[in-house]
Amino acid sequence: MSTASQAESSPRTYLRVLAALLALTAVTVLAAGVNFGAPSINVVIALAIASLKGSLVALYFMHLRHERPMNAVIFLTGMAMLAIFLMFCFLDTASREPVAPSAAPAAQAAGALRPSSARILRAS
Amino acid sequence: MSLSGAAAEPHTEQPFLQHHFALPEQQAEASKIGMWLFLVTEILLFGGLFAGYGVMRMLHAEAFHQAHAHLDRALGALNTVVLLVSSFTMAMAVHSARRGERRKLVLFLALTLSLAGVFLGVKYVEYSHKFHDGLLPGRLYAHRGDATAGQFMFFSFYFLMTGLHGLHVAAGMAVIAWLLRRARRGEFSARYYTPVDLTGLYWHLVDMIWIYLFPMLYLIS
Repeated sequence: MSTASQAESSPRTYLRVLAALLALTAVTVLAAGVNFGAPSINVVIALAIASLKGSLVALYFMHLRHERPMNAVIFLTGMAMLAIFLMFCFLDTASREPVAPSAAPAAQAAGALRPSSARILRAS
Repeated sequence: MSLSGAAAEPHTEQPFLQHHFALPEQQAEASKIGMWLFLVTEILLFGGLFAGYGVMRMLHAEAFHQAHAHLDRALGALNTVVLLVSSFTMAMAVHSARRGERRKLVLFLALTLSLAGVFLGVKYVEYSHKFHDGLLPGRLYAHRGDATAGQFMFFSFYFLMTGLHGLHVAAGMAVIAWLLRRARRGEFSARYYTPVDLTGLYWHLVDMIWIYLFPMLYLIS
């Protein structure tokens, strides 16, 4: 295909990408064992590394880097929709009082009220 | 070049070219766009599970943390490595196909297929361990002596997410086996290898989903 092979990746590039992916996997496993002060920091770090790995796969293994941008536009549109979907789900969950009956008493007993619920309780 | 003029010619020299495409390049690009659209629907399919997982983990953080300790981190990491290497061999298969190197194409497809088999084998070992311990989804959960209630929720998502992913691996293996058969018959060439190309895209997406599943399920801090 003349259009796709203008600047195709070489086996050497693929090997380097594989090495980077394996190294990042090791970093994820190691980072999971480190205490950064809050569990949410670990989640952010794990997802950031996963996204870096995913980008490498998409750019090199899936050829997005060397192709005409149409496929990248489709892919990124899908990811943007997913991001909106996830963002509102999590915003909603984080800004509500506990609704699950099983979760609420346990959380209160442990004194582990989320900041948002604590604020609402104080206000009332 | 005029599209109508090219389309009117009989494609005797390119039996793979459908009559409604003017050029092989145009046909290949159209197929690729179709594949990417399909991959986006796959991302959104898994996205629903990611959303549910995220919400439940926020509501039951402690239960998720305790439950994830039942997973074998080493096996999860091993499977990550296996799948990453299989993505590499798939990329090499597409590369070989593009250059018309039939023997290498067959070799790399066979390697990818074997690695996929290893992945499912490890998954089988993990699943049988969970079954044995009663770590099952939803109301089937039968594990005793949990410190925190609600651990069944983690396993509901664990089995849904890894199960759906495993189905995708199995489907990918079936398609790669079909490609292998066609490649050995010499049906692909530097001019026509679209099925290899598209299967490669699918396989990399399956890899990409696992890249997210691994830290979410096995590495809860």
